[in-house]
Amino acid sequence: MVRMSLDELYKEVILDHYRTPRNRGRLDPHDVKLERNNPLCGDELELYLKFDGEDLEGIAFEGKGCSISMASASMMTEKVKGLDVKQARAVAESIKRMMAGEEPGDINELGDLVSLKGVVKYPVRIKCALLGWNTLLEGLDEVP
Amino acid sequence: MTLDPEVVRKDFPIFETRMRGKRLVYLDSANTSQKPRQVIERMVEFYEHENANIHRAVYELAERSTAAYEGARAKCAHFIQAPSPRSIVFTRGTTESINLVRYSWARANVHEGDEVLVTEMEHHSNLVPWQLLTQETGATLRNLPVDDDGMLRVDLLESFITDRTKLVCVGLMSNVLGTINPVRRLADAVHAVGGLIMVDAAQAAPHMPVDVSELDADFLAFSSHKMCGPTGAGVLYGRERLLEEMPPFHGGGEMIREVFADHSTWNEIPHKFEAGTMNIAQAVGLGAAVDYLQSLGMGSVRAHEMELTAYALEQLNAVGAEVHGPLDVARRGGAISFNVGGVHPHDLATIVDQEGVCIRAGHHCAQPLMRRLGVPATARASLYIYNTREDIDVLMGALEQAKGWFA
Repeated sequence: MVRMSLDELYKEVILDHYRTPRNRGRLDPHDVKLERNNPLCGDELELYLKFDGEDLEGIAFEGKGCSISMASASMMTEKVKGLDVKQARAVAESIKRMMAGEEPGDINELGDLVSLKGVVKYPVRIKCALLGWNTLLEGLDEVP
Repeated sequence: MTLDPEVVRKDFPIFETRMRGKRLVYLDSANTSQKPRQVIERMVEFYEHENANIHRAVYELAERSTAAYEGARAKCAHFIQAPSPRSIVFTRGTTESINLVRYSWARANVHEGDEVLVTEMEHHSNLVPWQLLTQETGATLRNLPVDDDGMLRVDLLESFITDRTKLVCVGLMSNVLGTINPVRRLADAVHAVGGLIMVDAAQAAPHMPVDVSELDADFLAFSSHKMCGPTGAGVLYGRERLLEEMPPFHGGGEMIREVFADHSTWNEIPHKFEAGTMNIAQAVGLGAAVDYLQSLGMGSVRAHEMELTAYALEQLNAVGAEVHGPLDVARRGGAISFNVGGVHPHDLATIVDQEGVCIRAGHHCAQPLMRRLGVPATARASLYIYNTREDIDVLMGALEQAKGWFA
């Protein structure tokens, strides 16, 4: 059996984003606002997106949820802000692959997000980590 | 007779399992209970020595299986002080029992303009079927509120039970708050206007003496798997007079008396409601679970849980947890929902799991109640016959650790 340790799940960078979330709050004006939740666990997320052409000019989130869901959303906003839609989608897909236990691609590209890798060993928490990313993917489809 | 949980524990093989090398601290019995050797062995014995389909064959083996199945029904009747085994319908569990009442009794008796009253603390299984029914029939669904202490607002009963109320649906014990509801008071109020009461006893039946006459319940449902029995079995109690009048639920084999090309007549109760081959071994296992609990004595079960709940509430208070629900153990059972400041219930559940502690985190199939409490989720520790003070102490140590992570 794989020895699991909480240090792998609750890495310092995750705890830091949970305690001090980045880009938290409403974003006004915005082009897209999405509310999504994980009904089984009660994690709630509101995601705001502002586009400049194909570029994701602004992103912010509000929410209530566990450390993994909120830290993941916070790291996501930092990572994808300023990317174009295609790039942002690629990062999201890469995170989803990582959560599915597959190779995420260029790991250096992910930066802090690599800290989410420990979640894979806690299968019930994967949907927490993906709440923000799945919401983002939906939002990117709505680019005006 | 005082219940010694250390002795009870030895009846449950699962406690020989170590979790990450540690003692298994199982605090999720409101979700599903563990099973004693007596129940597991009874089901093995049934499959090895008595297995045949029931009520259909004339050979000796089928007589044995029928006797085992009908014996379980009699045990269930005795367990809730039902006047006769004829009033006990076997189902897959509480959810199916409630849906049986919805499809059979309620569809024939609840019409546009009528009212069905539920409460703000119902489990989704005693809420969603009534939402569906009232949407289908044009009846009105009303919700009796809960106060800040987690008690039903029975002071409002007069305005919530009217001459249009056809049915009141209420849990005897809340799976979130632990609250024991004044079911008899609701029964008297709805009977006074000619309506009926459906009692969800899924959380109560495993933990306290239940007497359908004392409650004056018209229908009462409970599940095997929460009371030491297997999954896949449950009971609907109904007054015989009502069951007699009700149309069938599922159509198929066994529930019929005579079948013609274009119509059929129905078997006598309770068989009218048991179509197809039932979960026979599971029903037999439920019977063994009833025997097991009665050997401990339901009064002793309740006394043990009151004592342990008091201890748990005191300890939770000491670690600074916020408990949702009444604090007086005389008015509540051992399902304890709480939040620890700054730590999300999910994180709590993951962290205490490292210490071998199983608790539930989430909305506990009671989303309207979560909104009423103003929290997206809670952690819940729920106690049973095999839990000890040591279990509570391990949980508290783990909660302190969790606070450490997020301090």
